[in-house]
Amino acid sequence: MTEEVDTGRRHFLTVATIATGAVGAAFVAVPFLASWKPSARAKAMGAPVEVDVGKLEPGAMLKVEWRGKAIYVVNRTPKMLGQIDGLDSRLRDPGSDESEQPAFARNPARALKPEFFVVAGVCTHLGCAPIEKFTPGDVTVSADWPGGFFCPCHGSKFDMSGRVFRDVPAPTNLPVPPYRFLSDTRILIGAETGNG
Amino acid sequence: MMGSTNQTARTEGGRIKALVTWIDDRFPMTKLWKEQVAEYYAPKNMNFWYYFGSLAMMALVIQILTGIFLTMNYKPSAAEAFGSVEYIMRDVEWGWLIRYMHSTGASAFFIVVYLHMFRSLLYGSYQKPRELLWIFGMLIYFALMAEGFFGYLLPWGNMSYWGAQVIVSLFGAIPYVGDSLTEWIRGDFFISDVTLNRFFALHVIAIPFALVFLVIAHLMALHEVGSNNPDGVEIKKVKGPDGIPLDGIAFHPYYTVKDMVGVGVFLLLFCGVIFFAPTMGGYFLEHANFEPANALQTPPHIAPVWYYTPFYAILRSVPNKPLGAALMGVAVLLFVFLPWLDRSKVKSIRYRGPLFKFFITAFAISFLALGYLGMQPVTPAYTMAARVFATVYFAFFLLMPWYTSIDKTKPVPTRVTYHAH
Repeated sequence: MTEEVDTGRRHFLTVATIATGAVGAAFVAVPFLASWKPSARAKAMGAPVEVDVGKLEPGAMLKVEWRGKAIYVVNRTPKMLGQIDGLDSRLRDPGSDESEQPAFARNPARALKPEFFVVAGVCTHLGCAPIEKFTPGDVTVSADWPGGFFCPCHGSKFDMSGRVFRDVPAPTNLPVPPYRFLSDTRILIGAETGNG
Repeated sequence: MMGSTNQTARTEGGRIKALVTWIDDRFPMTKLWKEQVAEYYAPKNMNFWYYFGSLAMMALVIQILTGIFLTMNYKPSAAEAFGSVEYIMRDVEWGWLIRYMHSTGASAFFIVVYLHMFRSLLYGSYQKPRELLWIFGMLIYFALMAEGFFGYLLPWGNMSYWGAQVIVSLFGAIPYVGDSLTEWIRGDFFISDVTLNRFFALHVIAIPFALVFLVIAHLMALHEVGSNNPDGVEIKKVKGPDGIPLDGIAFHPYYTVKDMVGVGVFLLLFCGVIFFAPTMGGYFLEHANFEPANALQTPPHIAPVWYYTPFYAILRSVPNKPLGAALMGVAVLLFVFLPWLDRSKVKSIRYRGPLFKFFITAFAISFLALGYLGMQPVTPAYTMAARVFATVYFAFFLLMPWYTSIDKTKPVPTRVTYHAH
């Protein structure tokens, strides 16, 4: 063995030690980063909820909570359903092609039964709860307002089927959650099948 | 009698000296004191604008001290948080004072930091060789914004809740990973107890730790390159025979005494707010936050606290989700690149030309205007105004390489201008 320092070997060992340490650190980081994902308890608390709409008057709306989100149920009158006609040119996604909803709600009424409109009250912009502004021409929104939902945070507008208007920050229609009718007046929100 | 008193004094003095020597042999106490304070030579012409660095440090100390005492009574859970803040306000001895010091301290911190940053713009303090000093400062600012955001959720008021909802949803604008990223940040499908608990951990441990570390790095970089001054003259270029800059004076006692006057005035105003206007008309503590978080009801008018509103106004002036979020991020990040965007040969506004003066004035006005607009409800007129001011804001940065290189500058003196009082 020579007395001289083998710098090439020393350099190799330094790099190899750093690389091994870095790989180890990356592996140790995984459990810490993964601990931020929704826990088993948080996932289990997303079970479906049942809502009775028997006492919901025509034209009125009720809110229920499912997975921490407000779910709006509107008993739409025939007049309200008329308010969604002829708006297509003013809407960004009139056919609900890019929006989130069960297959049965991919129509202008965006509902199983047109009179009962079930929608998540979560603006697709930044998650605020839009306000019900059902009266056409409501001056607090605009003079040509056909009636629908208005988000107070950043001014996004949606029609009576939760379809987003053009020239507002929200990119897509209000999401329709999965749901089914257990009877004429009882709706199960959160599942398209089963009893919850 | 006299003799014996002198004798005691002499031995006491001797004992203290011996203790200092004992420590200095084991820890560089005297060396640090001399290098960082007593023999740190700062330009003798530093003016009013130079108060805000030391005031920012004091604001940090106030926040840490009051924060520690708030955690002793605060409960970081969705069920108890709002109630525990009410408990601090009503039942804990002097709890209201400690909390108002903390809430007012947050706004005061941002006022001081914004003035500190504007000083750097005025006198070109970010220019070579202070680029890293500036970057450390910007990292402090980003950490401070994160700290304020996490802290704002803790009272679990309705504005806390929806503010967090909006800001966390911003990450949803990132293509492909957005939705899983927001879920990862919240740790749940919505802003919940889980989110509150982790924001508490970040607010009281992680970010303050990073802040203190960054402040130390900021000060080390400052003391390495030396302080800039209102003339933008490097005082190290002209040194006396003793190696000390001719235009430099020892930080202690000259600037420690000056900064104490600043601290006095600051505390006067600070106490004025705490005792007579703790909510500052809804600007320091928003009224919608006096009702508990409600996942079913967004407050009718939602706005962040004033120190975020310039960027918030930019966000909502864009009718496109990813673009709005991106522009807001860019608006904050652009500051980092100032040392390279500025092509001017001079540092200080005193020797800059009319173009820079015009742009920095336009920038200051648009920053304040955006701050105002960010607090207002959404109307078409306000949105249009926000678009105009946002354009001016970006023009200040993006046109900077152009206007600073063609601007007519004045000759810079070799020594600082100074008039003895």
